[in-house]
Amino acid sequence: MFGLEKKDASLLILVAVLTIFAPFILNPFPDGSALAQFNAGYPDLMQRFVIFGIFAIGFNILFGLTGYLSFGHAAFLGIGSYAAVWMFKLLSMNVIPAIILAVIMSGLFALLIGYISLRRSGIYFSILTLAFAQMMFALAYSVLTPITGGETGLQLALDDPRILSMASSTDGNIPVPSLFGMEMRDSTQLTVGAWKFTFNVGYYFCSVIMLVAFYIAIRIFRSPFGLMLRAVKSNQQRLNYTGLNPRPYTLAAFVISGMYAGLAGALMASMDPLAGAERMFWTASGEVVLMTILGGAGTLIGPVLGAGAIKYMENILSKINSDILHTWFAFLPDGLEDFIVTIIYPFIGKGWHLTLGIIFMLVVIFLPGGLVEGGQRIMQKLRGKSADTDSAKTEPAE
Amino acid sequence: MDALILQILNGLDKGSAYALIALGLTLIFGTLGVVNFAHGALFMIGAFCAVTLNRILTLSHTVIDETRTDFLGKPLQVDVPYVYDIFGESAGNAIIDWSVPLAILFAIPVMIAVGVIMERGLIKHFYKRPHADQILVTFGLAIVLQEIIKYFYGANPIPTPAPEAFKGSFDFGTMIGFDPNIIIYPYWRLVYFCFAVVIIGAVFAFLQFTTFGMVVRAGMADRETVGLLGINIDRRFTIMFGLAAAVAGLAGVMYVPINPPNYHMGMDFLVLSFVVVVVGGMGSLPGAVLAGFLLGILESFASMREVIDFIPGINQVIIYLVAIIILLTRPRGLMGRKGVMED
Repeated sequence: MFGLEKKDASLLILVAVLTIFAPFILNPFPDGSALAQFNAGYPDLMQRFVIFGIFAIGFNILFGLTGYLSFGHAAFLGIGSYAAVWMFKLLSMNVIPAIILAVIMSGLFALLIGYISLRRSGIYFSILTLAFAQMMFALAYSVLTPITGGETGLQLALDDPRILSMASSTDGNIPVPSLFGMEMRDSTQLTVGAWKFTFNVGYYFCSVIMLVAFYIAIRIFRSPFGLMLRAVKSNQQRLNYTGLNPRPYTLAAFVISGMYAGLAGALMASMDPLAGAERMFWTASGEVVLMTILGGAGTLIGPVLGAGAIKYMENILSKINSDILHTWFAFLPDGLEDFIVTIIYPFIGKGWHLTLGIIFMLVVIFLPGGLVEGGQRIMQKLRGKSADTDSAKTEPAE
Repeated sequence: MDALILQILNGLDKGSAYALIALGLTLIFGTLGVVNFAHGALFMIGAFCAVTLNRILTLSHTVIDETRTDFLGKPLQVDVPYVYDIFGESAGNAIIDWSVPLAILFAIPVMIAVGVIMERGLIKHFYKRPHADQILVTFGLAIVLQEIIKYFYGANPIPTPAPEAFKGSFDFGTMIGFDPNIIIYPYWRLVYFCFAVVIIGAVFAFLQFTTFGMVVRAGMADRETVGLLGINIDRRFTIMFGLAAAVAGLAGVMYVPINPPNYHMGMDFLVLSFVVVVVGGMGSLPGAVLAGFLLGILESFASMREVIDFIPGINQVIIYLVAIIILLTRPRGLMGRKGVMED
């Protein structure tokens, strides 16, 4: 189906079903109940799931397949955002031209940076990409302020030209990004009993794009090109001896993953039309590394899972405060309640980064294949099979 | 000419910090072959050692001073640090005043302990894993360490002053025959530079002139052969890791008066220190020191007004630009050895 093997096609369909029904799946608790804060089914967060999913899928094409660890991928995300916002400012509020320009621009930058950085490998490649990204961040923050908006970021204004559409909406406000008239922020709500489900245009738009991106990633993984990239990862020297030059392949992978990052940046700008330099800071690059490793580098679904897990933690875990903890453990005797709350407190709320760091370390130490490998191990345990009989295993990162 | 000297001086303190961190990074890389992304966190922990000592020394209890009264006519309550009770008021004051230099003594055992625990507890298990895994796990560790510090000390910078004797600036220009008030330099930055030189000298002397250092150098050159000679090289390398951690920690301790420490200062320095190491040449100790000072001074030159007017924004990117050029033209860095991480 779709030119895919049966296994991959079913994976794609599974992901499609999950994204389509995400507003239901992510909202398992009735509105207003004590557990409602664990609901992730609101548009803002769901959009972030899929957008960072795209970002991580793209990063995985580079890191998972070729093993080149880029520490500067957020630069392309930032470029995508800037390009998209400029399209909103100059051309029209339609998201299609914005996305196209963002992908092209980030692809061009990736071509340039990749051409230079890929002359080296290993830690040197990481440092080179990091240096480029930090340079772009510093420039965007200071000298390039006319283009990037500097510290305040690039925002839309009422007097922008927007030559293909009107500069302001009928009620005199700045228009919102739309797809041929469908505004990205439009939502419909469905109330079933105590449950409230929100369906957001922007989310579904992002999902469709993510599914396309995911499909392309599967095709790349299964193509001869993808095999070539894996060969680069497993033994570049051997590849050289066979008379092949790996550089064009790695460069292609770098550009593709840069374009994915640009696409994600454009979608971020489409959901909320502003772009800031902090999106290019190296911690943002580190975040996508975390997502990919956490989910499972080199696997198809891993990066999406990792992106979802981290964004869920960022948004849900960080909202829990000590009062909420106290209500949870209210059934315990007072002393014990305080004790448990004191122990848990550093790991939630503002301290969610600590939890993230610990989980990440545990994953790197014990589960180099990320959540996907963890899932596979659990499945094997449940089926009672030994490890070597499982042929459906996708290879984890080395 | 005077502007030139001023910029070189300005570059020295940052350059010293870069050099010290890069020295530790290179020590770890040269001995254990591990790319330590948590090294910046060690620098930060060192800085917070100084903060901690300052807090311990100023721990106080409230006593009622019968001789003075507050505005209501009641006896005044004053906070008296415990140090006063032990050493008397004037000596106690001096101790609190000198808390940052004293923190050196406090930080050395703490940092060596942190380093050894880190190596034995975590990094040991990563020697056989690829470099990417080492980077990732130490990156995770850096996040954890900095979040722990943030939990205990908050997210805001904590100003901790230098001793009274070193506050303020002096006129360096008049000493070398310039007109007064042209080259003004803060005392503490000079102290920091001298301190860095001493530490760097001590590390090199330790490696060069002691038997322990000789064995470590031999181990850096050929670990297996040294092991075959019946020397427990792993244990020595662990100690070197502790030492590298102490160097980073001391760099952090003394940096506190220059820049109030916050929990992410380590990460800010780490990125630059990696660039320094790569520019100096992976595994080359003199290279790391040289590149540290060189980049510090270059950075300060690039922030001169004349240069910024000529090339806008150059002060923000000069270090990265230099790194990119060096990496592409001299893949081994300034003083890199042949065959070390040349892939």
